Amino acid sequence: MPRLEEHCWSCSCSASVKTQELSSARWVVCKTAEMMSIITSVLSHAYGSLHSLQSANLIRRGLVLFIVGVVLALVLNLLQIQRNVTLFPEEVLDTLFSSAWWIPLCCGTAAAVVGLLYPCLDQHLGEPHKFKREWASVTRCIAVFVGINHASAKLDFANNVQLSLTLAALSLGLWWTFDRSRSGFGLGLTTAFLATLIAQLLVYNGIYQYTSPDFLYVRSWLPCIFFSGGVTVGNIGRQLAIGSTEKPHND
Amino acid sequence: MNEIQEERIRQNISAAFYRHGLLCASYPVPIILFTSASILTCCYPLLKLPLPGTGPVEFTTGVRDYSTPSHESQGDLSERPDWYRGPPVAYIQQVLVKAAVSPWDNSLVPVDVFRSPLGRVFSVLEEIRNHVYTDRSLEALCLQVTDLLPGLRRMQAVLPEHGCLLVSPGNYWQNRRDLFDADPDLLKTVHQHEPKGLHTSATLKDLLFGVPGKQTGVNLYSKKRVVTYTITIALSSYDARFVASLRARLKQLHPSANCTLREDHMVHVHFKEEIGIAELIPLVTTYIILFAYIYFSTRKIDMVKSKWGLALAAVVTVLSSLLMSVGLCTLFGLTPTLNGGEIFPYLVVVIGLENVLVLTKSVVSTPVDLEVKLRIAQGLSNESWSIMKNMATELCIILIGYFTFVPAIQEFCLFAVVGLVSDFFLQMFFFTTVLSIDIRRMELADLNRRLPAEAGMPPPKPGPLRPRETPPPPRPSPHTITLQAPAFRNLRLPKRLRVVYFLARTRLAQRIIMVGTVIWIGILVYTDPAGLRTFLAAQVSEQSPLGEAGLPPHLGVAPVFPGGDPTSTLSGLPAPEPTPLPENQSQGHRAAHPEVAPVSSPQITWGPEDEELWRRLSFRHWPSLFSYYNITLAKRYISILPVIPVTLHLSPQEAIDTRHPQDTHHAPPPSIKTSDLQTDLTLYKVAALGLFAGVVLVLLLFCLYRVLCPRNYGQNGVPHGRRRRGDLPCDEYGYSPPISEISPLLLRGHSMDIECLASDGMLLASCCLVGHIRVWDAQTGDCLTVIPNNGLRRSSSSGCWEHRDGWDHISACEAESLLGADFREPGGGAVGGQDVDIFPIRRRTTPARPALFGDQPDLTPLIDTNFGLSPPSQALSSSGFDFGGLVEKAYQEHEPSPTLAFPPSPPPVLPPELPPQNNGDWDSSVWAMELRGNLIATGRSSGKLELWDAVEGSLRCSNEDGVSGITALAFLNNRIVAARLNGSLDFFTVEITKPLGLLQYRGPPGRGSLPPSPCYSSEDVISCQLTRSVQCAHQKPITVLKAAAGRVVTGSQDHTVRVYRLEDSCCLFTLQGHSGGITAIYIDQTMVLASGGQDGTICVWDVLTGSRVSHVYGHRGDVTSLVCTTSCIISSGLDDLICIWDRSTGIKLYSIQQEVGCGASLGVISESLLVTGGQGCVSFWDLNYGDLLQTVYLGQSSEGQSVRQLLVLDNAAIVCDFGSELSLVYVPSVLEKLD
Repeated sequence: MPRLEEHCWSCSCSASVKTQELSSARWVVCKTAEMMSIITSVLSHAYGSLHSLQSANLIRRGLVLFIVGVVLALVLNLLQIQRNVTLFPEEVLDTLFSSAWWIPLCCGTAAAVVGLLYPCLDQHLGEPHKFKREWASVTRCIAVFVGINHASAKLDFANNVQLSLTLAALSLGLWWTFDRSRSGFGLGLTTAFLATLIAQLLVYNGIYQYTSPDFLYVRSWLPCIFFSGGVTVGNIGRQLAIGSTEKPHND
Repeated sequence: MNEIQEERIRQNISAAFYRHGLLCASYPVPIILFTSASILTCCYPLLKLPLPGTGPVEFTTGVRDYSTPSHESQGDLSERPDWYRGPPVAYIQQVLVKAAVSPWDNSLVPVDVFRSPLGRVFSVLEEIRNHVYTDRSLEALCLQVTDLLPGLRRMQAVLPEHGCLLVSPGNYWQNRRDLFDADPDLLKTVHQHEPKGLHTSATLKDLLFGVPGKQTGVNLYSKKRVVTYTITIALSSYDARFVASLRARLKQLHPSANCTLREDHMVHVHFKEEIGIAELIPLVTTYIILFAYIYFSTRKIDMVKSKWGLALAAVVTVLSSLLMSVGLCTLFGLTPTLNGGEIFPYLVVVIGLENVLVLTKSVVSTPVDLEVKLRIAQGLSNESWSIMKNMATELCIILIGYFTFVPAIQEFCLFAVVGLVSDFFLQMFFFTTVLSIDIRRMELADLNRRLPAEAGMPPPKPGPLRPRETPPPPRPSPHTITLQAPAFRNLRLPKRLRVVYFLARTRLAQRIIMVGTVIWIGILVYTDPAGLRTFLAAQVSEQSPLGEAGLPPHLGVAPVFPGGDPTSTLSGLPAPEPTPLPENQSQGHRAAHPEVAPVSSPQITWGPEDEELWRRLSFRHWPSLFSYYNITLAKRYISILPVIPVTLHLSPQEAIDTRHPQDTHHAPPPSIKTSDLQTDLTLYKVAALGLFAGVVLVLLLFCLYRVLCPRNYGQNGVPHGRRRRGDLPCDEYGYSPPISEISPLLLRGHSMDIECLASDGMLLASCCLVGHIRVWDAQTGDCLTVIPNNGLRRSSSSGCWEHRDGWDHISACEAESLLGADFREPGGGAVGGQDVDIFPIRRRTTPARPALFGDQPDLTPLIDTNFGLSPPSQALSSSGFDFGGLVEKAYQEHEPSPTLAFPPSPPPVLPPELPPQNNGDWDSSVWAMELRGNLIATGRSSGKLELWDAVEGSLRCSNEDGVSGITALAFLNNRIVAARLNGSLDFFTVEITKPLGLLQYRGPPGRGSLPPSPCYSSEDVISCQLTRSVQCAHQKPITVLKAAAGRVVTGSQDHTVRVYRLEDSCCLFTLQGHSGGITAIYIDQTMVLASGGQDGTICVWDVLTGSRVSHVYGHRGDVTSLVCTTSCIISSGLDDLICIWDRSTGIKLYSIQQEVGCGASLGVISESLLVTGGQGCVSFWDLNYGDLLQTVYLGQSSEGQSVRQLLVLDNAAIVCDFGSELSLVYVPSVLEKLD
């Protein structure tokens, strides 16, 4: 049963994770802290002048992204768990909420960070994202993302390589369809890399395990999921940033 | 070459689309019919597909020639369902035991009804377990089960583990007789595993007893005193001989008399896949995302007649293309294996609504004046290339997906491809045609709207809002401000309100509750038909007198039931056949009572309803039993063998013997009534729960109501609480904002139209056409001073006649006037003021109207000074007395009189300028007026500048340096700037020589941070010196002059704006950028300068650098008025639009379309409150959202009078120049209501 699969996707930079892997992952902690400090410095720099005006807006966006991340994590987790154990939904829900309560929180935090980072990066690079900037496109993107997860959970593939390749193609397609920006691609890759690394470390330290790991300790399609997740959350974040800075009802 | 080819392809495609568009728009109805027909044809194969549902399916075969079906489907048996292949999960053999203590004895206690019958289960079980038929035992045949699922620890003691799946009530006591005997309270043991609350799935009691809980008879108040239970055996393989021998053995041991249950049919029950919560959540999420997508997509449809209709058409297009896709795939032999519900949202998202939206947008953006056909065709051909490109891209992507060679993905891709193609087809034919119909409808509507107002097209709106003393007149006024739909669509409502409005408009909550209830009932009936039906049947039978006969739920027809075995149904009365007596039951004892105690003696009957008792169980009974052992029945089937009947008769003695010592401590059986109550307890529970839920719902709704609905209705604080909500223009959602009553204060006194208005916050000066200047208290509306035209010559009684002569003179002159400028009437030079209103006029007194208005009704008889006797309908309120009602009545009576066509008022465009007549300075009219402190500065057409004392009405000084008429004045601090008709600009300095040498300051500072105006006392000597005159400030007449923040800004007909410094009269900048004369300028303390011109452009300038910040084209026609707030610029134009622009970016936020001919006056009360003047009314708008907050009607005789000037005072009052009257409107409540 792929019960604990997917339990640790995009768990980057969460405090609770850090406390749980004490010694061996100390450098990750340092790295994460460093990254966080960089992020905060960038954020503070970017919003330095307009800080008082925009901080409330920032918090609001972060909150929305956090909630989106939590909900997506719960739903997708359920998607991964559900096969063969549908007979006792109460039990499934119990395990979902008891054993892995911190996973949605991590995912929410990660989503907030990534979603805030995207528009910030756009602003920094000076190339605002203009491609398909509307909520319909964002919803479509989310739907495709859920679809990719669905496919990874439910489809029976001949082998793992095929599965991973298909999902990689799908993720690239997602990026091409909805993003098409260099910064989005780069940030997505970074997210995927970091998140997979953290997942590896978590599994290595025995917090989690996969039923049939085929890529070191995790599943090989995990990076694809992380990549598309990053792109999706970034899409939401950008739309939120646009929606909050300029009024959407321009003629 | 390639490019040329591409271009050619492009042209071909667009030509084809053009022709297609023409076709669609020309023949809409045939095309829609054709499309519908093709949709139906393509969907026809769908009829063959099974309907989705999760209920079990049955299939009956005979027992005699039964053989396990093979895995391969055999074509010969057509009636065989698809699922009937391979062996079943299990064969279910039920042994139905009916046991009773017979005859019933009054010495027995209620527990005896079931204690000894239940006790016999152990012996029957023993018999079954030990049954052997030719070396085959039950152990070899039965379904071996292993552990229970880990989550079921508490059931471990009850359900069997590691052995045969054989359940019976004996499981409660681990199948051990000694435990049963030692159990003091059987009922407690049985019920301790029952879940609390309502449930629809199988409970443990149902599982172990194998009959619906109601029929077990295991309770203290059973009237029938028959205990029914089953022993359920799950067999893994079917051995006909073993089963037959078991059946024979049991029948032989416990014969059932008159039992003619049929034994020749075996029922196979196939279970569909169940959807658990864990699967449901992702599914629901995908659907939520889908709906969000559809919502966000269709929201963009704009500028059409029926937004909802088009959105519906778009959704229909996508859905029917999906259906067509499935239908076509089925037609060509591909059976869908994927779960349709799961992939459906993804298919919709892949196919998408984008093309539809692109089409709509493209068509809508074509020129409006084209014919509909051409518009459609042009719109289609504009987007043809991108549509084709997108389509090709999507097809390519899907084809790539097809080559993954994963069956599921391939199938998905196949569906998607067919869906895409059919979607394209539908877009081209169905949606385009719908769009053409819609656009045609919109044009018709436009046409209707453009008809003149006299044609009666605007729906009659009830009369204007009046002071509350006035009775509501039914007279419709066609001049209310109505909003057009497109204007409102652009407005930003807060999300919260939008959601609430949406809910309220669609009554979504009620509908959801209703639909939910229906679905819930449906689910109840569907999932647990047996339970509900038996329950109902039991209720009916218990309540009917026939139920007393002890007949099981046959409803009322049972006694006359002529069915197959009447003996069994009617066998209740005679005693059971005594032939093979149960072991320890004495024949004599039984025979002693057979007819004596039939009323109370339990009778065991067998009827056809016992044949398939399992049908009465929940349909989840078997799946849940098997699921405890992690065996799923989803997509599999079980075979249920005919039931083996077992009848047990026990003697009272035996019952007494098996008694537990505590059994007798139970209370004696209560009366029948209470037992009825007991049996009905479930019903009452349900009823109580429903009642509770209802109460909670009502409370919740009440709270919602209190939270969401403002203090508007349901409040009886206002004595005349009739607020006519219908009067207000409603917004798009049919809701009008809450009203607070605003009554305008009318300042009457002028006999002619008011020309100039000036205010410094405390005082208000107005000047009418004849040159009277009146000074009012801006707070109370009292008239403080009247300065008649000549200042010296007071009126005579004949003045009015002279006045009228003046009018005649003017109208005569009108014809010969050639100059088009809208300047003032110079006549009336010899005219004195009115005879009555020299003294300050309170609003309370009705001004005597001059005889000039002879065509108006005489209102004098209406004046009733006896206020004590006023009729109740016009009861006095705190704010005073109003004659509106009477006046109104008089007007109504007057109006029909055919003799005089009622001239609505002196026309807003006044008699044009006449050549200056040589009757001295008194004859010149006032063209400009300013008020600061106590001083009124007036500029006259003769070029004279005068300073008046506002309080005393005396002329303090005058300056006649200039010759050309003063068209505009600015009075700032102690400087006066005058713009003259010839384009020159004069700077004056006001010097005050105070005898006391002290300046007193009076009152609060003016608007903004102006230095407080000095107060000039009457002793002061005031002189006005021309400090500088800029002769050729502009090439053409100066039209606008504004001063603020130490700058003077002039705008002129020569397309330029000039900025001067006030101190040294130095010209700082000449701003060029307009391509028409300047018509409006705004400057405020923060040095924001905006200008609007006749070309419809609005420029925003930086006053410090003279650079142009932004430049937008706002209006078709002149910009008539400009106001800025800190965040936005508000402009109004001759095209009757009010546009709101973002100040920093110059982006139009939204626009408000007003009625034709609305006044162009604007004012900003606070950051978010805008006031506009209309026809006889002023409207308040919420600037943030563009909501119309309120429209205040200024009076009854408001027809055709448009508000031309609007002045915003400090105390949030508005003064509007409204014909010959001034209106003072206080807006306190609107202010406090704003967020």
